[in-house]
This record gives sequence, C-alpha cells and structure tokens, in this order.
Amino acid sequence: MRNWTRNTLMAMTILMLGAVQPAQASEQHYVIDTANNHAFITFKISHLGFSWLLGRFDNFSGKFTFDKQHPKSNTVRVSINIGSIDTNNAKRDKHLRGPEFFNVDRFPTATFVSTSYEDKGNSKGLLKGKFTLRGITKNIVIHVSQVGAGKDPWGGYRRGFQGRTTLHLSDYKMKKAAMLGPLANNVDLYLSIEGIRQK
Amino acid sequence: MLKLRNSREYYGWVAILLHWSMAVAILALFALGLWMVKLNYYDAWYNLAPDIHQGVGMILLAMLLLRLFWSWSNIKPNIAASAWETVAAIAAHRLLYLLMLMVMVSGYLIPTAEGEGFDMFGWLNVPALWHLSSTQAEWAGKIHRWSAWAMIGLAGLHTTAALKHHLINRDHTLMRMMGITQKEKQI
Repeated sequence: MRNWTRNTLMAMTILMLGAVQPAQASEQHYVIDTANNHAFITFKISHLGFSWLLGRFDNFSGKFTFDKQHPKSNTVRVSINIGSIDTNNAKRDKHLRGPEFFNVDRFPTATFVSTSYEDKGNSKGLLKGKFTLRGITKNIVIHVSQVGAGKDPWGGYRRGFQGRTTLHLSDYKMKKAAMLGPLANNVDLYLSIEGIRQK
Repeated sequence: MLKLRNSREYYGWVAILLHWSMAVAILALFALGLWMVKLNYYDAWYNLAPDIHQGVGMILLAMLLLRLFWSWSNIKPNIAASAWETVAAIAAHRLLYLLMLMVMVSGYLIPTAEGEGFDMFGWLNVPALWHLSSTQAEWAGKIHRWSAWAMIGLAGLHTTAALKHHLINRDHTLMRMMGITQKEKQI
C-alpha cells in the first residue's frame, strides 16, 4: 500500500512539473554524433609563420539543446579527450601529449560548458561558455552558424552547426608553448558538429 | 691468432667486434637521447638529432639480433668465477640482452606509432608494423626511457665486474674480450 501511495505521488509530481513548464516543449535535445564521426574538432596553428599546421581531436563527446522559440536557452556541453590529438605525426603528437604541452597524464580531458547563447539571426549566433584546458578555465566565445537540419534517411532527425574561435596558448600555461614562437600563440579552432535528436 | 668463432677459452672476433661497437653506440645513443629531448625548437639539431638517434638505433637492433643468433650458435668461453658469480654473470648478460631488446623495440614503436614508417639516413624507409593507440604510444615512450636507464645501470655493474676481474682477481676475463690471448699478454 505504502509503495502504491509513494509511486502515485511521484507520478503526480512529475505530471505537475511537466504541466508548469510549457516553455520546455519547444526545446530539443541532441547528442553529438561522435559514434559515427559526423563531428570534428579541428585546429590550425602557424608553423614558423610559413604555413599552417592542421590537427584535430579524434575523441570527444557532447550534447546540446536547441530551442527555436527561445534561442537564449540553447546550451552546449562538450568533453574532449586531449590524448586523442592527431597532427599526423607520431612524434609530434607524443610531444604534445607530454608534460611540456598538454600534460595528458594530469589533465586528460578538456571541457566546454556554455553559459549563454546570443541569436544574431540568419542562423548565426554567439555561443559563450567556459572552456577548461589543463585545469585552467577561461571564458571563450564561439561564432556559430547552423549548417542545416532535418530528417535523415534512417529515421532520425539531425541538426548541424559550424563554429569558429581562437584560443591563446599562453592562457593555458604550457611549459614549452612559448618555444614555438609568438605567431603560434593563437590557435584557430574550426568545429563541425552534427547532433542527433533524442526522443 | 684468434678465430672468428668462440672457443672454450676465448671469444672470437665476431663476438668481440659486436660487443665493443654496440657498447660504444649504446652509450652514445643514451647520451644523445637525454640531450636531444631538451633541445629548443629553433635549435639546428632539433630534427637532426632524433633522426640520427633513430637510424643508429635501428642499426643496433639489427646488430643485436645478429649477436643473439651468434651467441646462441657459438660455444661460450668458460667463466673464471665461483658458482654464484657464474650464475650472476649469466643472469646479468641475459638481462642486458632483454633490456637492449626492450629499449630498441620500444624506441622503434615511438616514431611508427601512427602507422607510418620513418626515413633512415636517406637509405631506406623503416616501415611501421603496428598502429598504436595514443595510450600505447605513451607506454612505448615510458618503457623506452626506463628500460634505457635500467640497461645503463646494469651495464655499469657489468663494467665494474669486468674491472674487478682485471684489477682484483687479476684474471683474463677483460683481456679476452679485448681480443688479447694469454700468450700474447705474456710476451
């Protein structure tokens, strides 16, 4: 009897909570499609001022919410496995994972947690949030634009964005970052993110 | 005159040459390795030093395989020592071989971790045999470092033991690794 009463109360509470939050109805939840790699975190950094060195982080995960009626409430949360850095050179990647740069043993993950979203119209926006790398948290702004959204051919619903931002290595206290020269202090990130809508 | 192959009493020329050339190259590579990882990005040696380290390392790996084959297919000269010293000497020699193999194989795994070979003195491209995960590549690095230190430590003990034979026991152990037979020494 007691269990029955408790379960009924819980069910009623859940129903009521649902009823008083009609604003949530237009919010959509997405999981970033890293399972099938339709999402990329890539970067470029100057090599001696002569060319761009490109790289990416192969393993990460994340989710976002999207609300067409209330874009301000859009949120993004991403966790990056720093050890998965890939610049197409085994020795360089090992060096970057080491204590002189990312120190992956101590700081295996970087995270991004959004704090606000500003809709600029025309499918563009400014995504602000806290980015934590090597245990150091900085506020960053990502310039975001939606690429497309709709039903996929396999019965799901997808929404994709691209984003750009610039990080400064000097913010994250890497021992040998300065060795790469002042031009290499800026790292341009290009993000291509596709989310699968969750029911 | 010494022969090519070992005898009950003496090491042959092949064993002697392999022993000393590898000893010199290993000590040089150990020092080069410690030095090169500290180089600044703008140092002229930044790319050259690791290239040399890798190239010589691969030659050493080939020499080690030849040496293991040679050691296995030759008789061993008698060891002039007590029973426990003989056991310790054999154990140390085998452990040295094992550590050398660990250092060289783990060293090979570092530049080839992402499945790409590396150039060796412009002579040939050393192919990658395996593709490692980043965690495995990190382990290759750690094993390379610590087995190299262990190898050098054991080589130090090996050197001390050889000098003890020469200076305290005043026997022929060190001289015969130099290719000097007892007769020549007496003359």
